[in-house]
Amino acid sequence: MTTTALDRPAGRTGGGGVPAGPARRRPRNQLWPALGMIAPAALGFLVFYLYPTLRGAYLSFTEYNVLGSPVFVGLQNYVDMAQDDVFWNAVRVTFLYVVLNIGFQTVLAVGLAVLMHRLTRSVLIRGSLLLPYLIANVVVALLWFWMLDYNIGIVNAVIDAVGLPKVAFFGDEAWTVATIAGVNTWRHLGYTALLVFAGLQMIPASVYEAAAVDGAGEWRTFWRITLPLLRPVLVLVLVITVTGAFQVFDTVAVTTAGGPGNASRVLQLYIYEQAFARGHFGYASAMSVVLFLILAGAAFAQMRLLRAGESDLS
Amino acid sequence: MKRKMLAGAVALASLSLTACAGGSSGAEAEGQIDYWLWDSNQQPAYQQCADAFHEANPDLTVKITQRGWDDYWSALTTAFSSGTGPDVFTDHVSKYPEFVANGQLLALDDHIADVDLDQYSAGLADLWVAQDGKRYGLPKDWDTVAIFYNQQMVADAGLTEKDMQDLDWNPDDGGSYEEAIARLTVDANGVRGDEPGFDKENVAVYGLGIPGAGYENGQTEWSMYTATTGWTHTDENPWGTHYNYDDPRFQETIAWWYSLIEKGYAPPLETTIGASVNDNFGAGKSAINISGDWMLSTYFGYDGVDVGLAPTPTGPNGKRASMFNGLADSVWAGTDNPEGAAKWVAFLGSTDCQDLVGAAGVVFPAITSSAEIATEAFAEKGIDVSPFTTHVEDGTTFLFPVTDHASDVHAIMTPAMDEVLGGKSDVSSLTEANEQVNALFD
Repeated sequence: MTTTALDRPAGRTGGGGVPAGPARRRPRNQLWPALGMIAPAALGFLVFYLYPTLRGAYLSFTEYNVLGSPVFVGLQNYVDMAQDDVFWNAVRVTFLYVVLNIGFQTVLAVGLAVLMHRLTRSVLIRGSLLLPYLIANVVVALLWFWMLDYNIGIVNAVIDAVGLPKVAFFGDEAWTVATIAGVNTWRHLGYTALLVFAGLQMIPASVYEAAAVDGAGEWRTFWRITLPLLRPVLVLVLVITVTGAFQVFDTVAVTTAGGPGNASRVLQLYIYEQAFARGHFGYASAMSVVLFLILAGAAFAQMRLLRAGESDLS
Repeated sequence: MKRKMLAGAVALASLSLTACAGGSSGAEAEGQIDYWLWDSNQQPAYQQCADAFHEANPDLTVKITQRGWDDYWSALTTAFSSGTGPDVFTDHVSKYPEFVANGQLLALDDHIADVDLDQYSAGLADLWVAQDGKRYGLPKDWDTVAIFYNQQMVADAGLTEKDMQDLDWNPDDGGSYEEAIARLTVDANGVRGDEPGFDKENVAVYGLGIPGAGYENGQTEWSMYTATTGWTHTDENPWGTHYNYDDPRFQETIAWWYSLIEKGYAPPLETTIGASVNDNFGAGKSAINISGDWMLSTYFGYDGVDVGLAPTPTGPNGKRASMFNGLADSVWAGTDNPEGAAKWVAFLGSTDCQDLVGAAGVVFPAITSSAEIATEAFAEKGIDVSPFTTHVEDGTTFLFPVTDHASDVHAIMTPAMDEVLGGKSDVSSLTEANEQVNALFD
C-alpha cells in the first residue's frame, strides 16, 4: 500500500527527516524482476488461455473436422448458427437453467450464510455444509440420476409410498431442466454460502450493535444492514456462479445427454456434440465464441448494474 | 451393434482418466500392437486370441484396451488427431465412412492378400468395401435381434411357447404380436391389458419394454417391424444417398409403435430415460424385450427370471426381419507397424481366432463355421439361439444402413424420434426431419 512513498527517495520535503538508509534502497528498475515473477503465470496464460482462445476464434471462421486441415469459410458458421433452431433452443434452455440454478442457489446460499453467521460458531457444522462441493460433479450427477430414477429410484419410491403420482424427473420435458438445476444447486450451495459467509464477516459488528440499540429486529437488520453491505461480495459471487452456470455440461452429459428431444440440450453440450461427435469443430468454435460474448456481456452487466466497485461501508 | 444406457454414463465418467491414457503408443515397446475394443464381455475371448497370436508370432505382442461405447469414438478421434491412435481397433459400419473420408484407415488390400472372403456370412465382407473400392476391415462377428420373454409371465397369461414362436404383426392392429403384448400387460390391480377395466395409468408389468426411441436406425426398437413392410432406411445400401423417413410405411409403423405407449402396453418414453431396459426386464417390469444376441449373457444372467427366446414376428410381407450388423477390425493409417497390424487383423479374421471367440459363447463370429461353434457353446449353457440364427438361415436379414454423414443423421433423428415417441409431435413431423437429413447429401 505504501510502496509509492517508499519508492521516493527521502528527499528535502518527504520522509519527515527519516534518513534513507542504503538497506531500504530498491533497484531503480523493477521491470525485470517483476517480469521474472509473473513469467510462469504469464506463460501458462499465453499457452493455455490466450493461444487457444485466438485459435478458437480463428477456427470459428473455418470448416474443420480435426482429422483434416481447416478450410476458411468466412462468416458461414455464424450464418448457419442464426438459422439453426437447435442452437437457439440451446440458448433458451441454457438461460432457463441459469435463471433457475442461480435463483435458487443465491437465495438459499444467502439464507444459509446468515444462519451460519448469526446462529452457530461450530466449525463442524460450517464445514459440513461444504461436503457436497467436495464430491466430483459427475459423481453427484450420477448419484442423483439413480436416486431420482423413475423405476428404481428411492425418491420415486417414497413419492409412490405416500400415494402421489411418480415423477420422471429427468425424462419429463417439464422437469428435466429444473431437475438438473436442482442437482447443481445442491452441490454448489455450500460453497456459495461460504463465499457469502466470508462477506458477512467483513461487516463490522458495530453496525449490528448500532442497529440493535436502535431496536431493529432480525428481519429488518437483514434487509437494511446485511444485504446492502454484502452487495460487493454478492456481485463477485454472482459473476462467478453465473459464469459457471452458463457452462453447465457434465451434469447433463452423464444424465440426459440433452434429451428428451432437445429439452436439456444446453449450449456447452451442443458445442461438444458438434465438435467431438459430429466433427464440426469450426461450427462448434463459432458457438463457443458466441458463448464467450454472452458470458462477457453477462459479467459486465452485473458489475455495472450492481456497482461492484463501490461499497456502502465507506 | 451398440451399447447404451448407464454403461455409457459410467464410461463418460471415466472420460478424463482415459483421455490421458491415449498416449501409450507413443512410447510403446518394439513389436507391440495396440488394439482397442468396446465390449467388455468379449475382452476375455480376444485376450485368448492375442495370446495365441503372440505364440505364433513371438516378436509381436498385442495390448488390448477396452473402453465403453459412448467414450470409444471420441477417444478414438482424439487419439487419431494427436497421432496416438491404436494400431488396430474394432470398427463399426456407421463410423468407418467418415474415417475413410479423412484418410484415417489403412486399405487392407495391399497388406492382406490371401483371405477367403467366402468363409464369412453372406454380405458381411461387402460392408467394409468403401466407395473407393478398397477394403477397410475384415469381418469379425455379426448380430441379429430376437424376442426375449419372461417364461413365467407368458405361462401366467395363458400363452404357450408355440404362440410365442409364431407371432405375426401388421401396422394396422398389430396382429397376434400386439394381442400377446396386451395380454402380458398387467396393471396394479392385476387386470390384464386386454381385459375390461384395465388401468393404463397404473401399470405394474408392461407387455413390451422399450429401450428408447431408436435413433436413426431402430436396430432393437423398430427396424424389425419396418423392414417387413418393404421399407428400407435408404435408397440403396451400402452407400445410399437418400433416407426414407418420410415414407408412409415407416411413419405408419412408428405410429403403431407409439400407440402401444398410449394404450399402456409399453412404458412412456420419459420413464425410459436413465432406465436400463434389460434391468427392468430382470426386475419383472416388462414381459417382452427385443434385443440383440450380444445381450444374451446379460439377460440369461438375471437371477430368478426364466428367459425364453423367440424370433421377431412375421410382418405384412409374410416374413420375419432382423437388422444384420457386422463389426470388423480396421487398421489406423498412422500405425507405426502396418505389417504387424495387418497380420493381427488377418489373424482376427481367421478361424484361429474366431473359433476361440465362438467357443466363448458371447457373440456370433463372422466365419460361418466359427458361428456354429458359438451356437454349440450357447447350447451348452442351455440357450437355444435359433431365434437369432434363423434370420441368417432364412435370408431374412437386412444390413445396417451404411452412408456418409452418419453422425449428423444420428444427431438429427435422435431428438426427432424422441419428440414422436414422447407424444410431443405427430409422426408426420418425421418428414421434416427427413428433409434435414437428405439436405446433408446435397
